[in-house]
Amino acid sequence: MARKLPRKDVVIIGLGWTGSIMAYELADAGLDVIAIERGPWRNTATDYPPGYAADELRYRIRHELFLSPSQTTFTFRNKMTEAALPIRTWGAFMPPNGVGGGGVHWNAETWRFLPSDFVLKTHLTERYGASFLPEDMTIQDWGVTYDELEPHYDRFEYLCGTSGQAGNIKGKIMEGGNPFEGPRSRAYPNPPQDQPFGHTLFGKAARDLGYKPFPQPSGNMSRPYQNPLGVRLGPCTYCGFCEWFGCGNYSKASPQTTILPTLVRKPNFTARDNSEVTRINVDGSGKRAIGVTFVDATGDEWEQPADLVVLSAYTIFNVQLLLLSGIGKSYDPAANTGVIGRNFTHQTISDVVSFFDPTKFVFNPFIASGAIGMCIDEFNGDNFDHGPHGFVGGGYMGHVQTNGRPIETTPVPPGTPLWGAAWKKAVKENYQSAIKPGTGIHGSMYSYRDVYLDLDPTYKDRFNRPLVRITMDFHDNEIKQNKFLTDKFAEIFQAMGAKQVHKEYRKAPYDITKYQTTHLCGGAIMGTDPGTSALNRYLQSWDVPNLFVLGASAFPQNAGYNPTGTVAALAYWAADAIRSKYLKNPGQLINA
Amino acid sequence: MQRRTFLTLAAWLVGTTSLTRATVIHNHVPWAPHPNSPPEIMRPGPWQFFTLDEARAMEAIVDRIIPPDPETPGGKIAGCAVFIDRQLKGPYGSNQNLYTLGPYTKGTEEQGPQSALTHAELYRKALAALDKHCKSTQGGKSFAELDPAAQDDVLRKIEAGEVKFETVDARGFFSALLKDVPEGFFADPIHGGNIDMVGWKMIGFPGIRYDYRDWVNRHNERYPYPPVSIAGRADWTPAKS
Repeated sequence: MARKLPRKDVVIIGLGWTGSIMAYELADAGLDVIAIERGPWRNTATDYPPGYAADELRYRIRHELFLSPSQTTFTFRNKMTEAALPIRTWGAFMPPNGVGGGGVHWNAETWRFLPSDFVLKTHLTERYGASFLPEDMTIQDWGVTYDELEPHYDRFEYLCGTSGQAGNIKGKIMEGGNPFEGPRSRAYPNPPQDQPFGHTLFGKAARDLGYKPFPQPSGNMSRPYQNPLGVRLGPCTYCGFCEWFGCGNYSKASPQTTILPTLVRKPNFTARDNSEVTRINVDGSGKRAIGVTFVDATGDEWEQPADLVVLSAYTIFNVQLLLLSGIGKSYDPAANTGVIGRNFTHQTISDVVSFFDPTKFVFNPFIASGAIGMCIDEFNGDNFDHGPHGFVGGGYMGHVQTNGRPIETTPVPPGTPLWGAAWKKAVKENYQSAIKPGTGIHGSMYSYRDVYLDLDPTYKDRFNRPLVRITMDFHDNEIKQNKFLTDKFAEIFQAMGAKQVHKEYRKAPYDITKYQTTHLCGGAIMGTDPGTSALNRYLQSWDVPNLFVLGASAFPQNAGYNPTGTVAALAYWAADAIRSKYLKNPGQLINA
Repeated sequence: MQRRTFLTLAAWLVGTTSLTRATVIHNHVPWAPHPNSPPEIMRPGPWQFFTLDEARAMEAIVDRIIPPDPETPGGKIAGCAVFIDRQLKGPYGSNQNLYTLGPYTKGTEEQGPQSALTHAELYRKALAALDKHCKSTQGGKSFAELDPAAQDDVLRKIEAGEVKFETVDARGFFSALLKDVPEGFFADPIHGGNIDMVGWKMIGFPGIRYDYRDWVNRHNERYPYPPVSIAGRADWTPAKS
C-alpha cells in the first residue's frame, strides 16, 4: 500500500534539462515544486572529478553514467509482422539516468532548428506539391513557429553560455556564421571555441569548395562565464572526454553547472532521487491528474498528490508513462487512429573516415571538446532544392571529431585485418593522421505510419510492467538522403588532401546494435489537431489539461540537428505559457 | 504492489550497489566530502577468474591478437589476459547490468545479441572447446603449446567460421576477443592491462592529462609529453629500495 505524501502544487517527473528548467521557472513563480528522479544525485566535484573522470573503459565502454538495461529496456523489431525482442545491451542509443539526465554526458552541441522545420508539412507541400512526399510519410507542422521560440532559444543559450558565431542577427547575415539559421535576437554569449588542426583544415577546404563553414555552436565554454542565474562555468580544456563522460572542469553546460546550484537553494523546491515514478494518477473522470505514484530504491511505494503534473523523462519513458497511465488514446497504425506512440523517429547518421599521409599530418585527435568542429548547413532541411533529388530532409555535416580515445578511435584503412601484426601496424601508423568525425552527417529522420511505439505483449520490466515496443525501419527517403549527403561530405575530405576516403553510408534495415545518437523523438507529439497529436502547442495534454509533457517526445519528426536546443526552448516556451496563461486560469489553453 | 512484482524488484535491488539509496534534497546542495565513486584499481597477482589452463590459452591468444614487435610489447606483456580475467570476475562477466529476463528467442541480426550465456560462461566454454579442438587436430597439443603460426591458423579458421565448437558459438567467442583484447591494450592501466601504458605510448595518446589549452592552437605539431594514467606514472613514485 502506497504511503501518501503531503500535496504539492507541482510534481515533476525526471530532473534532467527540461525538468530542471521547468522546476526553476515554476519555483520562481512561487509554486511549491517537487521533482522525482529515477537515478542518483550527481555533483561535479565528487562524481566525476578530473582525477578519474577520464576513464574510457568505465564510462564510454561500460556506460556507467547511463541507465542500465537491468533497470529497464525496450523491445525492438523492424517490421510490424516480426516479434520484437528485448534490447539486452545498449546499441543505437543510450538512455540517460540520474539528476542532470542526458545533460551530464552530452557533447553540448547546441543547435536551433530551421524556421521551415516547424512548418515542415506546409512548407514542403507548397514548394514541391503534396505528391512529392512519400505516401506513408506522416510529417506535420509543430503548431509553434521559430519566431515564437526564438526568445526561448536565446534564454537557453545564455543559460548555457553557448560558444558560437552568429550567422543571422535580426535578418543581417554575419560573416563566419551559419547563413541558413533563423534570425536570432543577439550574438551568442561567448565566442566560438578554438579549433584544432584537422577541424581548421576542414573549414578551409569547405570554403574553397564554395560552402559557408562555421564553428559548431558549443556548450563547452570558450572562456569563463557567469550565467543570468549567477552560476559560473570555467573554460573548456579540450580534454577529449566529453560525450559519455561528466565534465570535471565545470566547463560543459549541464543542469549541474547552470541551474541546480541555485534551484536547490529555493525553499519551495524539493528533489527526491533514486525514486522511479511508475504511474500518473488520474481522477475518476480520466480528465484530471491528481499526482503520481513512485517507488524508491528500497522498494517502498509512495503517492505524491499534486495539482499540476510535468512529465519530463526521456522520450520513450514519457510515452511509456502515458500508455501505462491510460492517458490519451494509444496509436494504432493499422487503423491510423490514436496518438500516443505515433510519429516516432530517430536520426539518419553516417560518417566518412579519411586517412592522410602520416609524414605530413599530425592531428593530435585527443585535443577536442564535445561540440568542437567546423560545419556546413548547405544540405540541411530545405536549404537546397530537393526537386532533382527525389527525397526530402537533410542534415548539417562537419568535422566534429570529439576525441582520440584509443578504444573507440583507432581507425584503420578498409581491408586491414581485424587483428594481428598488420592490424597493430595500421593502428600505430594512422592514429595521428586519420579523421573519424563520428557523427559527421547529422541527417533528419521524418515520420512514417509504420514507425511507432506501443506496449510489448511479452517482455516486462522489474516492476512487472510491459516494456515499450519500438517498431522502426529506415525508409527509402532517408536512405537516398544519406547517400546524397555522404557523397557531398566525402568531397570535402578529398579536397583536404586525404589519400584515402572511406564512406560509411547508413543502410536499411535499421540496426538496434549500431550507435547513431540518443536523439529519439516523437511518440507524444505536439500539434494543432487532437486527432493527430497528444499535446497542444504549449505541450499541454489534450486529454488531461493539468499535465504538460516536455522533451523530444513532442517533436512531430526529427530535423537534421542535435535536439537539445529545441528541447530546452520548448521547455521555456511551455513554462512561459504556464506562468502567463495557465496559472491565471487553469484549464485547457487551446480550444480545438 | 503484487507479490510477483515485489520479488522481481527485490531480485533487482540485490544486484545493485549499496550506494543506491533514495534521498530527499531540500534547501541545500547534497554534498559529502571525498569522491563518491572512486575507481577500483586492479592489482597484479593470481588469476581471479581463469584456471591455469585457461590463463595459458588466453595469454597465447592475446599475443596473437596483438603480437609483440621490436618497438611495442604484445598483448601478453601488456596484461590483456589479466585485464580480461578481472573483467570476467566482475559485473561484465556476470552480465550484471544487462537485461536478462526471458524468454530467450533467436532474432534477426538487427535485434542484437539474445544469448542467455554470460560473458564469463562464454569464455569458460569456448576456452575448453578450443583446447579440445587443438588436442584432437594438432597431435595432442593444447592451443598454448602450438607455435605462433599454427595458433594464427586456428584463430583464422575460427574467424572464418571453418572451425565450430559443439558447446558454444566459436565466432561469437572470436568477436568477444576482438572487442576485449584491444580494450585491455588501450584501457587505463588501473584496469589491469595496458601495463606501463604501452598501448598509449605506441600511438602517442597522452592519457588523462585533461588540459590541452596550450596545445589546441599549435597545429600540426606533435604533442611532446608522455602519457599519464589515473594511477599516475611510474616516475612519479620513486622505486622502493
